[in-house]
Amino acid sequence: MEENKEGQKNQDKKANRTALYLGIFVLTMLGMAYAAVPLYEIFCQVTGFGGTTQRAESGSEIILDRKIKIQFDANIANDLPWEFKPVQREVEVKIGETKLVFYHAKNFANENIKGTAVFNVTPDVAGEYFNKIECFCFTEQLLNAKQETDMPIEFFIDPEYANDPDLEFVNTVTLSYTFYPVKE
Amino acid sequence: MATDTAHDAHDHHTPTGWRRWVLSTNHKDIGTMYLVFSILAGLVGGLISMGMRAELQEPGMQIFPWIAEFIANADDPVNAGKHLFNVFTTAHGLIMVFFMVMPAVIGGFGNWFVPLMIGAPDMAFPRMNNISFWLMPPALLLLCMSLFVEGPSGFSGTGGGWTIYPPLSTSGQPGPAMDFAILSLHLAGAASILGAINFITTIFNMRAPGMTIHKMPLFVWSMLVTAFLLLLSMPVLAGAITMLITDRNFGTAFFDPSGGGDPILFQHLFWFFGHPEVYIMILPVFGIISQVVSTFSKKPVFGYMAMAYAMSAIGFVGFIVWAHHMYTVGMDVDTQAYFVFATMVIAVPTGIKIFSWIATMWGGSVEFKTPMVWAVGFIFVFTVGGVTGVVLANAASDRIMHDTYYVVAHFHYVLSLGAVFGIFCGWYYWFPKMSGYMYSEFWGKLHFIVTMIGVNMLFFPQHFLGLAGMPRRYVDYPDVYAGWNFVSSIGGYISYGAAFIFLIGVYQAFKAKVPAGDNPWGEYADTLEWTLSSPPPHHQFNTLPKIK
Repeated sequence: MEENKEGQKNQDKKANRTALYLGIFVLTMLGMAYAAVPLYEIFCQVTGFGGTTQRAESGSEIILDRKIKIQFDANIANDLPWEFKPVQREVEVKIGETKLVFYHAKNFANENIKGTAVFNVTPDVAGEYFNKIECFCFTEQLLNAKQETDMPIEFFIDPEYANDPDLEFVNTVTLSYTFYPVKE
Repeated sequence: MATDTAHDAHDHHTPTGWRRWVLSTNHKDIGTMYLVFSILAGLVGGLISMGMRAELQEPGMQIFPWIAEFIANADDPVNAGKHLFNVFTTAHGLIMVFFMVMPAVIGGFGNWFVPLMIGAPDMAFPRMNNISFWLMPPALLLLCMSLFVEGPSGFSGTGGGWTIYPPLSTSGQPGPAMDFAILSLHLAGAASILGAINFITTIFNMRAPGMTIHKMPLFVWSMLVTAFLLLLSMPVLAGAITMLITDRNFGTAFFDPSGGGDPILFQHLFWFFGHPEVYIMILPVFGIISQVVSTFSKKPVFGYMAMAYAMSAIGFVGFIVWAHHMYTVGMDVDTQAYFVFATMVIAVPTGIKIFSWIATMWGGSVEFKTPMVWAVGFIFVFTVGGVTGVVLANAASDRIMHDTYYVVAHFHYVLSLGAVFGIFCGWYYWFPKMSGYMYSEFWGKLHFIVTMIGVNMLFFPQHFLGLAGMPRRYVDYPDVYAGWNFVSSIGGYISYGAAFIFLIGVYQAFKAKVPAGDNPWGEYADTLEWTLSSPPPHHQFNTLPKIK
């Protein structure tokens, strides 16, 4: 009987240890779910996944002859009383050429409103090659009551675009923005 | 590790009355409670689907405006009815997945037979086992409560589908109904995680002397793999739905683009859980089928090792295929190609299992008792569902079939038919052991025949509807789909009727009280549970069996 009690104790100890390891494992997986949030963001930024565009400090030194048509799209959240539209519907750029374009925004409200824009390009695979040097989407935008403004985007298409087999026949890229009010 | 008394002597009395159940730490009693819970949840979930089939029997709005007026006293019955249809699809999915299939295969048969099959006196943590079960009724209660509180403004209940994608589940349904549903999933998830820890600890530490990992019955193998899948996937669901609930109530923006979040991330997290979840539901059934096919073919199962490792392989690959549920979110071609390939790879270990079952029957002295009939039925319907799965695995064809009735037909063939056939197979196989009484072959076989006709009539036409472009989750449809929907609805009523034949069979068995004997199935029912009396004693294996 003594021996059995000893054996029982050993077994309980082993079981508790197994359960502890498994419990740690569960907490790790829970942590992984939360870690997925920043990791997914980084993944999108690095790979251009889902049409995430890239940031660049300066323009490209190589300019190719191939031309790409860039179209512009503007959307606005329901609860933002702004007008927001591209000044030009589309432009043609050479791959590698730096281009400056504008979006027009107007605040209809009688109060100052801060907005922030989210963006992507279509087709998604082009995101990796779409470089912005300057963009109103990098910061929050404050429009005073009834203020109107033109907001700049300076961008170029990475020359590597021409080497991507998925983009061999893609000659139109759409850049889209959606403005949301900044939640204080 | 070997010991011959697992409990001190004072534990050996058998508690009676409500204490036996509510305070139960006995794996057999807890297993029984899980099975009863699952049957009740299955009847409720089935009744809900009958509502949907009755609505879809003919084009136009028939019964949901009436139900909405009746239960919710809606001002705008037609629109309330449309929403209520979505509420029904959501509730049907969640109830069947979390409160019917999982409690039956894992909580029910798992609790009953894992300790018996490995020669253990009980589960490793009997009190934790009690919590695992008793978290389930409150979870179901929360889900039921969500039906009666506001979801979208003006309507009650949550209609986001079982996948609860944002933004429909966040800004789309601001009322508390979705919060109730999410909390219900939290409880059910916690119950599953605790159960999984219990199973793994039991299987790793409490096998009888000589029961090496490669001598374990395949059902125990299937539960081990399932428990690991639960442990890996459930916390991810818990994390994702916690983010959802903070997005809804506490101003975070995990899935809200206006705050820099991304709704697609929820889909990734959900399906990282959701795809393994379908294997969580079907793997234990694979284990049951292996036991039954071997028993009634009077042969050891063909390719034991291949069977065990095929389940492990399915479990592993199941974690790296999740994005095949979301081909349409805008992944690049190479990513889609990977997910197509990885998904098709699963057909290999699954094929190994199907062919091994057939090889087990091949040349065997097959006896078509009720469990075997269900097992063969399972192999048929699961293969049909598997084949349509391969069709859907292709990103190109999935673009056409995505969110159509073809998908509905596919996953009902593998789950509603596959998993449920497996559950009934296990039920008839082990009922004599669990109750001590023999079931009636007549009612068992009638149950099978009616179910087989009903479910195939119900789901096979849905392939045609899907190929013709009928979208899922819609309350109404153009007249062109009327014919097959009518057939499908009739099949639905037959299937639900079969559930009552099942209940008659159970009633008949308990009334007739035909003693089953320790082992009614003969020498090829060679796992340890058949060495015990039927029903087994309240505490078994006081002297641990030795495995040669």
